[in-house]
Amino acid sequence: MSVLPKMPASWRLETKPHKFCPGCGHGLILKALGEAIDELNIQDRVVFGCDIGCSLLSWDFFNVDTIQTHHGRTTPVVTGVKRARPDRICIAYMGDGGGYAIGSQHLVNAASRNEKITLILANNCNYGMTGGQMAPTTLPGMKTETTPYGRDVEETGYPAQGPEMVAAITRENAYVARGTVANVRQLKGYIKKALLNQMERKGFSFVEALSGCPTNWSTNAKETWEFIEKTMPKYFSIGEIKTPESKEAK
Amino acid sequence: MPDKPIEGLRRVFMTGNEVVAWAALAAEADIMYGYPITPQNEVMHYWTRLAPKYGRSFLQTEDEISAGFTTCGGVLAGKRAFTATAGPGNTLMQESITMAEMMRIPIVQVVQQRGGPSTATVIYSQQEVTMTCYGGNGEGLRIVYSTSSHQELFDYTIKAFNVAWQHRFPTCVLGDGYQAKMRESLFIYDPAEKDIEMIKTYPFVGAEGKPGIEREPSHLRNTYNTEEELNDVVNDLIKAYDAVASQVVESQSFSTDDADIVIIAHGVVTRAAQAAVQILREKNIRAGHFRPVTLRPFPAGELKKIARTAKCFVVAESAQGQLRKLVTDAIYGEKVPILDYYKPGKGITAEELVDYISKI
Repeated sequence: MSVLPKMPASWRLETKPHKFCPGCGHGLILKALGEAIDELNIQDRVVFGCDIGCSLLSWDFFNVDTIQTHHGRTTPVVTGVKRARPDRICIAYMGDGGGYAIGSQHLVNAASRNEKITLILANNCNYGMTGGQMAPTTLPGMKTETTPYGRDVEETGYPAQGPEMVAAITRENAYVARGTVANVRQLKGYIKKALLNQMERKGFSFVEALSGCPTNWSTNAKETWEFIEKTMPKYFSIGEIKTPESKEAK
Repeated sequence: MPDKPIEGLRRVFMTGNEVVAWAALAAEADIMYGYPITPQNEVMHYWTRLAPKYGRSFLQTEDEISAGFTTCGGVLAGKRAFTATAGPGNTLMQESITMAEMMRIPIVQVVQQRGGPSTATVIYSQQEVTMTCYGGNGEGLRIVYSTSSHQELFDYTIKAFNVAWQHRFPTCVLGDGYQAKMRESLFIYDPAEKDIEMIKTYPFVGAEGKPGIEREPSHLRNTYNTEEELNDVVNDLIKAYDAVASQVVESQSFSTDDADIVIIAHGVVTRAAQAAVQILREKNIRAGHFRPVTLRPFPAGELKKIARTAKCFVVAESAQGQLRKLVTDAIYGEKVPILDYYKPGKGITAEELVDYISKI
């Protein structure tokens, strides 16, 4: 006898099991998002946008209206929807390449314009879909297909600090946090707050989620988990970075 | 809030950019997304002054990539949305235009061509023909109107919204810096005055009802797993486009029936060509003129007919053969010789055409 795992009500069962690699973090982030949508009871009001890269595999993931866009362009598409339909709850979902490299101008400007949208970004230290190249978030010394001898910080800099940057350029009503798939309950809490911040029309909200990519990291389950839980937080501090109540934390 | 931006029919003296803003207002456009670039800026300047008075919106984006994609978002949300750009901005916008043609998103784009390649001048050219018709990775499944006057800028901007929403292909009004910046007299009007009914828009996402329970979710994608799957999708798109093409294709012919020499020109150059034909006829030179109004789809059928009777074609354009490529492709197999009159990034007058043709 098999027992079906408990899935969020807003997930689309017909498209499960999902298309992500075994051990990928996207499923966990989208589980946190699905539960947040359920608990806020907003399934009928959400417009979900996903990027190019692995995040595009979520184009039929939910029973919510979804637009899959181009690399980095989810932010402007979702901004366009929100500007035209302020009553919708608009979510832009992307990876670190889409948010911090090819679409960074959109992230910076959506944040500084205080767009009333929620951006959720999966940080897995590399470009997954294209086969594991260096991303803005690749750790110093980390080997990728384009840094085969390890990321040399003298040549290519240090890992991008996305939430910290967003916190620095937004005003007091923004919500900015960094969660991790190693703590889905906490991540869900951040995502819920980010959605509520949009629903209350306070301001831009942004959640980065530390995530895993065993396929391109070439790690087994134990190593993957250690990397997410122990190594990544050395460079990416987990927690709320800016909340409308507390202004800038830390 | 006043009901209608324009009551009845009004004679005005305006710049082309102002005309575009008024046309979009009259066409019940809900929102403009835009980014500053000369010579299109005043479309935004007039829109931002006028729009709030009629409950319309504007967003100044961070670049033309964003302007194109936010326009897609606005349309997907069910609004009559448009953008305007020029030159390098048009280059950046091609990415979103290809998404619009693949996902059948009826965006309207106004282009006021400037001199190129790249930034070059902010003045005038016809060098954005290839890009506006075929830019980006794809098959150029879009509708492009090349206007020649302020009256046409007004008429075709209104028409572009309806054509886009009726057929669900991105639609472009291709003007230029001369049309954008110069003043000309024209009639602006409420579309109802001319029995033009604006097509009702509808949302592609964000409809009422709980997705998956009360209705199917709208899952819009442009990602396919196999060659066969994609090929089917593109074949269907092309079939749909070809069916639309015969309905929207437009051209004008001037004294071509008995013409030996036919000038082919589009956009403002048609005005020089029309005047040249008149002067040449007075000199007993049997000249005619053919003008494609839609550059995409191209009026190949009409031009082929003329190719069978004319002795010579002269392609006149403010670019180095971008129109000529469309012409050559359209009349492939016909024997008529084609002469070129190219002035990339520079205007063309009737007098110089008369001069050139008199010497043939």
